[in-house]
Amino acid sequence: MLILRTLRWGAAHGHGIAKSIERMSEDTLKVEHGSLYPALQRLQQEGWINAEWGVSKNNQRAKYYRLTALGRRQLVAEASRWERFVKAVSGVLKPAESEEGQ
Amino acid sequence: MSWRLNLAKLASLFRRPQTMNDLEEEIRTHLQMEEQENLEFGMSPDEARYAALRQFGNVALAQQKSREMWVWNRAETMRQDLGFGLRQLKRSPTFAAVAVLTLALGIGANTAIFQMLDAVRLRSLPVTNPHELTLIHLADMPGKRGSQDTTYPALNNPLWQYIRDHQAAFSQVLAWSPTMLGISEGVHERAVPSLWVSGNFFDVLGVRPALGRLFNSADDEPGCGASGLVVSYGFWQEQLGGDPHAIGRTLTIGRHPVPILGVTRAGFTGPEIGHSFDLAAPICSQPAYWTDGNWLDSSTDWWLTVMGRLKPGGSLAEANASLKSLSPAAFESSLRKDYPTENVRDYLRFQLVADSAPSGVSWLRDKYENPLWMLLGLAGVVLLIACANLANLMLARGSARMQELAVRLSLGATRARLIWQLLWETAPLILFGAATGLVLARVLGKCLIDLLSTQGDSLFVDLHPDWRVLGFTSTLAALTALLFGLVPAFRAVSIAPNEVMKTGWARAGGMQESSRLRRALVIAQVALSLVLITGAVLFARTLGNLLTVDAGFREDSILIAQLDLTRLRLPAPLRITAKREILDQLRTIPGAESAAEARIVPLSGGSIDNRVWAEGEDRQSGFDPNFNWVGEGYFKTLGIPLLAGRDLDEKDTPASPKVAIVNEEFARRFAKGANPVGLRIRREATPHEPEMVFEIVGLVKNSKYLDLRERFRPIVYLSVTQDQNPDPFEQVLIHSTLPVPMLTSTIKREVGERSPDISVDFSVFKTQIQESLLPEKLMAALSGFFGILAGLLTAVGLYGVISFLVARRTHEIGIRMALGAGKAQVLLSVLRETLLLTMVGMGLGLPITFGVARLIAGMLFGVKPEDPASLTMAACALCAVGLAAAYIPALRAAKVDPVVALRYE
Repeated sequence: MLILRTLRWGAAHGHGIAKSIERMSEDTLKVEHGSLYPALQRLQQEGWINAEWGVSKNNQRAKYYRLTALGRRQLVAEASRWERFVKAVSGVLKPAESEEGQ
Repeated sequence: MSWRLNLAKLASLFRRPQTMNDLEEEIRTHLQMEEQENLEFGMSPDEARYAALRQFGNVALAQQKSREMWVWNRAETMRQDLGFGLRQLKRSPTFAAVAVLTLALGIGANTAIFQMLDAVRLRSLPVTNPHELTLIHLADMPGKRGSQDTTYPALNNPLWQYIRDHQAAFSQVLAWSPTMLGISEGVHERAVPSLWVSGNFFDVLGVRPALGRLFNSADDEPGCGASGLVVSYGFWQEQLGGDPHAIGRTLTIGRHPVPILGVTRAGFTGPEIGHSFDLAAPICSQPAYWTDGNWLDSSTDWWLTVMGRLKPGGSLAEANASLKSLSPAAFESSLRKDYPTENVRDYLRFQLVADSAPSGVSWLRDKYENPLWMLLGLAGVVLLIACANLANLMLARGSARMQELAVRLSLGATRARLIWQLLWETAPLILFGAATGLVLARVLGKCLIDLLSTQGDSLFVDLHPDWRVLGFTSTLAALTALLFGLVPAFRAVSIAPNEVMKTGWARAGGMQESSRLRRALVIAQVALSLVLITGAVLFARTLGNLLTVDAGFREDSILIAQLDLTRLRLPAPLRITAKREILDQLRTIPGAESAAEARIVPLSGGSIDNRVWAEGEDRQSGFDPNFNWVGEGYFKTLGIPLLAGRDLDEKDTPASPKVAIVNEEFARRFAKGANPVGLRIRREATPHEPEMVFEIVGLVKNSKYLDLRERFRPIVYLSVTQDQNPDPFEQVLIHSTLPVPMLTSTIKREVGERSPDISVDFSVFKTQIQESLLPEKLMAALSGFFGILAGLLTAVGLYGVISFLVARRTHEIGIRMALGAGKAQVLLSVLRETLLLTMVGMGLGLPITFGVARLIAGMLFGVKPEDPASLTMAACALCAVGLAAAYIPALRAAKVDPVVALRYE
């Protein structure tokens, strides 16, 4: 989901995606960059992103990933599901916290 | 997952997908970028690279995980394991060759026998809906009189016609009978296997013509004469050269030119499995082709095999109920005047029943089904022994790889993954073995058919491998793989990797356990071999006993000449003279010591029995001896001693008082062992003759009649020259030491000079007798082959295990020798160990052997299933095999140099 969100703003290569996820989560998610690539493969298989070779700022050959129409729809769906999940979790947690507080 | 993805995965098995190369490059780029960034942060180049790698994590794992997205992991590893297995085999070609050959022999032998069984037993007839076919026959037949003219259950023609016209049990019924028809080619006549068929025969079976038309019910009307023939596809191809204009061509049968109406489609070889047919003629043509005897209006000629097709959805029980209610009227209306009066009441009480017959009828099946199942069992045991050998070899190879497996286990490979790998490594062996086995099975199958074919009767068995055979072979191969792959694989991964890595596998107790398992395998081999070898000995002795059993007559130097005088069209009185003249002519052939006529050649399969009682007494007091009609000189020709009275001679004519010669067994039953010469016997009426009185004029020694296994039966010999209505066939036995080809060509010439219309066929008596022993020969030959195979395999197994044990004990042997043990002592101790293994195996095999021997008891002759001599022979053979196998490793043990052996540790 994070990857999809990253790609919302346009195409990016693997390294860029990793960096922006780190930035977005304000360094709370210290992911190994290695685990990014299997995830990218999976998303490609689902048809949510596609990839093409391009040239990076530093004149390096890199693969650029971008969201497909399908991916965009998925992102919306997942985002709303995620928000529901977060709401539910916080709904469960809040009373617990307040109980503790009493 | 979409099908396209699956396809991509499948394709990725065969080539490394582009994605994977891309991925590698991508990851490289990623690392470079990170490195650059780190450099920009002011790290040193080395630091920058390490930091990038640290940040990235496990590169190989990421690659592997991504890769799994694109390929079938299971299939991928399978391909790897297969490849690994192949490479390993390439590295040890001897092992591979031995293993593949062993498997091929085992699987091939099993498949060959199974495909024979499949062809004669399991496969249905190649006709429409074979499962609806039933065989209609008499339920019980006391009081059935007349001549049975086929080997199959048969009805007479009036009965068939009644069933055809009145039955409601089946959707359709058909009738057929096997026969030989003679095709005249110039002066020669060639007899070809043929069928009498009812008009609807092909229609009911759903057989289409390949050319022209087949019969319909209009072709099978009474009085049709020699109207037309249908030929088989095989005959059309081979004899007519596949002529597209064959329809309308004529074949001369007897004296009738008969047009060919049609050709049956390829693949239809008739209703009988084991024989195919060349010609088919309608039943109504029988009197036209055969100058002698009209069977159409006789209730004593049982020649038509009647089959019915169940109604769609109808059951066999319903059909039988319907047949039961049909029976009284059917037998009443089919009764003809020729049926012997005293048995008319029996005839009217007969019942018709139907049995399911989806695979037609088969004399071959009746005779060989049991031997074949038995042989399949034996072949299965051979395969088991082979599996034990291979398992042993795999164990040995597994031991060599213990270190490797231990390392892989501790690196986190799962046990399931390793077992899977070890199993797949055996796959190339199995695949090659099974493929070679299938080829071998074809060859063996052909040999088997040749073995079972006899003079003048070639078998036709369709051995094309169908799904059943292929399924059998693959199941067999899979089971084999499990048996010899799985056990060692489980063994191999049941190790404790820590121990093995620390101290080596042997010290970790693996050696101990492995040698236990290997010994157990060899013991099992010995046990199973004992079963096979004992079986082989029992069958060999059975055959030997049958070959040497005293049949009571001379078997060597007897030629049987069958003369067919049908085409002379002689009236009965002239036939007698013609036959006598021919016989006299044959007797004058130089080198022919004696010649005599006989209606039934002993052991040929023909038999006649009739009730006989003392004149003046009640019919009930009598019994049913066998009969034969023979001419003057019969006993001299066959070397059967005349014990009392006189031989038959020329003075016995139709007009003189009827005489008979009996054998000892008859005298024992009839006259309580007293000399029966001069006594008078009364014989019941037959379809051809009324009740008659015969005077016994001679007594001869016992001889076998129908079968070499039989106890001597009571036999009455009547004079062939006293028969008022002799048939136009003459069967002459000639005793001569001349070479057979010379004798037959002389006879052919002599008879040919007399009349070109007389055809002669020959068979050699001895060959005919030996052919009657074919099932026994088959069992003896194949069980012997399996026994030898089992012995060889066990020898290899023992050799391997003893070598292994000796190698393991080198150290110990070294110590012993250093302490003063002699070479002989070491040698003996190894041999003793081998003998012990063999003995334990035989001890375990003994109960199995007895069990199996009891199963085959019915097939033995002159030897008891638990015959101690046979068992001892087998045991001695096995011990010899064991000692021979152990000799080389034992010698190796005796040559151990104590200094070297002790330095080794």
